Amino acid sequence: MSHDHHHGPTIDPERLAYYQRMATAVRELLIEKGILTDAQIVATIKKMEARGPALGARVVAHAWVDPNYKTRLLLDGSAGVEELGIPVDGTRLIVVENTEEVHNLVVCTLCSCYPRNILGLPPDWYKKAAYRARAVKEPRAVLAEFGTVLSDSVTIRVHDSTADMRYLVLPARPAGTEGWAEDKLAALVNRDSMIGVQAAKEPEQ
Amino acid sequence: MKPIFKPGASVIVSNREVDGHKRTPTYIRGKSGVIERFCGSFRNPESLAYGGDGLPRQPLYRVRFLQSHVWPEYQGSFTDTVDIEIYQHWLEPVS
Repeated sequence: MSHDHHHGPTIDPERLAYYQRMATAVRELLIEKGILTDAQIVATIKKMEARGPALGARVVAHAWVDPNYKTRLLLDGSAGVEELGIPVDGTRLIVVENTEEVHNLVVCTLCSCYPRNILGLPPDWYKKAAYRARAVKEPRAVLAEFGTVLSDSVTIRVHDSTADMRYLVLPARPAGTEGWAEDKLAALVNRDSMIGVQAAKEPEQ
Repeated sequence: MKPIFKPGASVIVSNREVDGHKRTPTYIRGKSGVIERFCGSFRNPESLAYGGDGLPRQPLYRVRFLQSHVWPEYQGSFTDTVDIEIYQHWLEPVS
């Protein structure tokens, strides 16, 4: 791999232990100084853990059945998500649509920016230097490793989440799902399809 | 800061070396692309990272680059792109 681009630091276990101790020390100091309470920290962790890909799947399924909603969602992702009662807490969300002509893939090459309010915590591979460096440079090879092989007639758009925007991929609706109810459709939408490394699941025959 | 670029405008990313925190990836410096959209104006992370107030706010754009331009050895369709968020103070107009 050439070194003309940014790499994230690879943290060895010893240094990780150091940062974990530091995080604990900072947390204890914040509580001691009365800046935060333990209850506030626990509540925030609970809130973060309550977020997960099921929220994003609801958004996708609704966009699949309601073309007007899809139009609004693609114009303003944050407003579209909030319309379904899902708070985005100030996240500027951009929704990008996969079609027969275009396939979208999300990465954060600088760190690990991720639409946590809609998808919860990112998977470990999303944060690893290998994905972050390769997704932007050889997206077709990375996609193939996820089992997603695309023909050259499909344009790949990589989205590098470098600043204030967060990205959600609206996967293409699988064939054979005509007339399905939203909750049944949502079950076909997994996390990886909303990052763009895979398609939505096909309905079982 | 007022936004000075319109969607569709050709821009080039500044190739300057800057120490410290910045959000313009090294791999895109010196490359030219097209403004995809204006995203709003945001506090400057190069100041926020060091306890500054991040003012004046910097206009932020999504800039679209052709992968075959960014990576000369790129394997894939000529139409493949990478879209990157870049603050205005890193962009220069292409005349």
